Amino acid sequence: MTRTGVVGWALAAPALAVIAVFFALPVVMGLALSLTDFDLYGLSDLSTVRLVGLDNYLRLLQAPPFWQALANTLYFVAVGVPVSIGLSLGTALLLNARVAKWQGFFRTALFAPVVTTVVAVAVIWRYLLHTRYGLINQALSAIGIDPVDWLGDPHWSMPAIILFAAWKNFGYNMVILLAALQAIPGELYESARVDGAGPLRQFTDLTFPLLTPTLVMVGIMTLAGYFQLFAEPYVMTQGGPLRSTVSVLYFMYEEGFRWWNLGYASAVAFLLFLIVFAVSAGLLRFDRDPAGSR
Amino acid sequence: MRPNGPPSEARRQALLKLAAGTAAFTVAGCGRSDDPHGALDFWAMGREAEVVAELLPVFHSRHPDIRVHVQQLPWTAAHEKLLTAYAGDSLPDLCQLGNTWLPELSALDALEPLDAAVASAGIARDDYFAGILDTNVMRTPGGDRLFGLPWYVDTRVLFYRSDLLRAAGHPQPPQSWAEWLTAMRAVRQLGAGKIYGALLPLNEPDPLYALALQQGALLADNDTRGAFSQAPFRRALGFYAGVFRDGLAPAMSASQISNVWDEFGRGLFAFYVSGPWNIGEFRRRLPRERQGDWATAPLPGPDGPGFSTAGGSSLVIFKRSPRKAAAWRLVEYLSEPATMQRFHALTGNLPPRRSAWRTAALATDAPSQAFARQLERVRAAPKIPEWERIFQAMQLTAERVVARNQDIAEATTQLDAWVDALLEKRRWLRTRAQAGDGRR
Repeated sequence: MTRTGVVGWALAAPALAVIAVFFALPVVMGLALSLTDFDLYGLSDLSTVRLVGLDNYLRLLQAPPFWQALANTLYFVAVGVPVSIGLSLGTALLLNARVAKWQGFFRTALFAPVVTTVVAVAVIWRYLLHTRYGLINQALSAIGIDPVDWLGDPHWSMPAIILFAAWKNFGYNMVILLAALQAIPGELYESARVDGAGPLRQFTDLTFPLLTPTLVMVGIMTLAGYFQLFAEPYVMTQGGPLRSTVSVLYFMYEEGFRWWNLGYASAVAFLLFLIVFAVSAGLLRFDRDPAGSR
Repeated sequence: MRPNGPPSEARRQALLKLAAGTAAFTVAGCGRSDDPHGALDFWAMGREAEVVAELLPVFHSRHPDIRVHVQQLPWTAAHEKLLTAYAGDSLPDLCQLGNTWLPELSALDALEPLDAAVASAGIARDDYFAGILDTNVMRTPGGDRLFGLPWYVDTRVLFYRSDLLRAAGHPQPPQSWAEWLTAMRAVRQLGAGKIYGALLPLNEPDPLYALALQQGALLADNDTRGAFSQAPFRRALGFYAGVFRDGLAPAMSASQISNVWDEFGRGLFAFYVSGPWNIGEFRRRLPRERQGDWATAPLPGPDGPGFSTAGGSSLVIFKRSPRKAAAWRLVEYLSEPATMQRFHALTGNLPPRRSAWRTAALATDAPSQAFARQLERVRAAPKIPEWERIFQAMQLTAERVVARNQDIAEATTQLDAWVDALLEKRRWLRTRAQAGDGRR
């Protein structure tokens, strides 16, 4: 090895060691655990743990509760990610508009939900969503809409969770998109205006294409985060009503820490990892060839 | 947002207390101290944890050398906390434990047998309701052992509208399934379709489970296979589903009935299968003019007074505790009939000892007396760690039969297949244990 190679490795060693101990090792151990039937009996007597190969995965793929959890999660992701990013993009555009006043104040105010604690805010949202006394239903009744049992009706529980998650998270992406918007040189807009492009045309043919790399990055981060939905249903609904807010991660938590089937729960974790990995990889490919064949 | 000015004195005090509490919690969280004379760690749940502090002054005056530190767990998180505490070797000295969780913790070998302590303290075992005490007895390689002492009991009885029943021509509460059906039909007719016979919320497993345990065992082959597709459970499910099919009960879950007490007071239904806490709730929540119109009765059985569930909480001592003697003193004190009577006065929880029932508050209280009669006929649930899951799956099956008209034979066969797969590990453990015995 060359001298610089040695120095390079030596400098990287502390970081690599940390990654190995706190990331690689647990992942390998989790994978190993998912090939066993470690359960309550294994907790008291290790000799009862058996190697079961891919059994956990096969059982999982045949378990309706897992598919229901996956469907709930996909619902949350498919609706939540566009809503959340749309909200971020909209507020970023508003903040970036030349006519916007008190930009700094609004930027801070809109970013505030991101730095709050999920659990504390979820408790407050439970009050907001309360069927009889909640502000949201009172506002709805003011415009003549009947009260909605947000957290008690299986049809409304997931929309309520999506609403909460979008409110909680949009500020983060908004700040990133705002930075990307401000990085677009003003001359481009000037020449676009000279060429006769109206505001809509400026957005579709100038702002949006230049924003695409940032949007893809923001999309991947949000997607990966939203697939790991857990704290919101845990605090607000405990997976109910009628299991309508059980996410994959919540399902894993129940299997692992409620029923202590750690082998099975590890298999859930790995399947979720594979799903998130596949979806992110798909989005990255989109990034390399942003406009398709155009 | 703008800060709300300087904190008031009260708030400052509250913050200080909070900080002190957090610090104490952190210290306590750093693993159990092994000092045999240290404070007892006692984990209790929900309302009981709040109330037990009021019982402790008498204990302290009797045992000034024992300090007790009560930690309150919310019921929703208690199970996870106990298992993680076991895995992390940070269990307390003693704990309030729902008696359906005993099989799990005794399978983990985390509990201290109490047989010797109970015998030397002169506590008469037959003073306890037999079915309730039985939930604390587990089979071990060395024979049956008692791993907990019941603290309070829970079972299911009939709550009913006596005025509606009288008006329908049934002044006496039903004693058998047939009588119950007749009474429900009569009430339905009386209300011209506006009154249901009963409310059996579709997401509550206890009523169906109580009916099922009246019929026979729900697990077969030494608790290693399901027996749900066999005649006893099918009869129970048939009766249960029939009540819905004939329109005698609304196919609703509890969340669809916004307020059970309001609906009961308004006369939406005449029978409701529920537990002891509802005695207090009915007294508190029904309007005064309705107070004379409700009563309780033991559950009807297939052909006469029937069995019901044996629930409640027990007091257990953990095996790894370095302060077992002191912990036993506390269990002994909380198990005294006089303490149990005070506990009942504070919480409404029913005592598990017959001698504790010899007080005016219980002996002359009509709604409680139905429970006293029912408690002589309760049966323990199967004592396996997987029972709680099976219990939930049973109700999901019933829900499918009632709400989606799935065939009972098909539904119960599916349930058994699921239970058999779940209990595969138990069968393997048994075979392994038998092979081990054979070699010896």
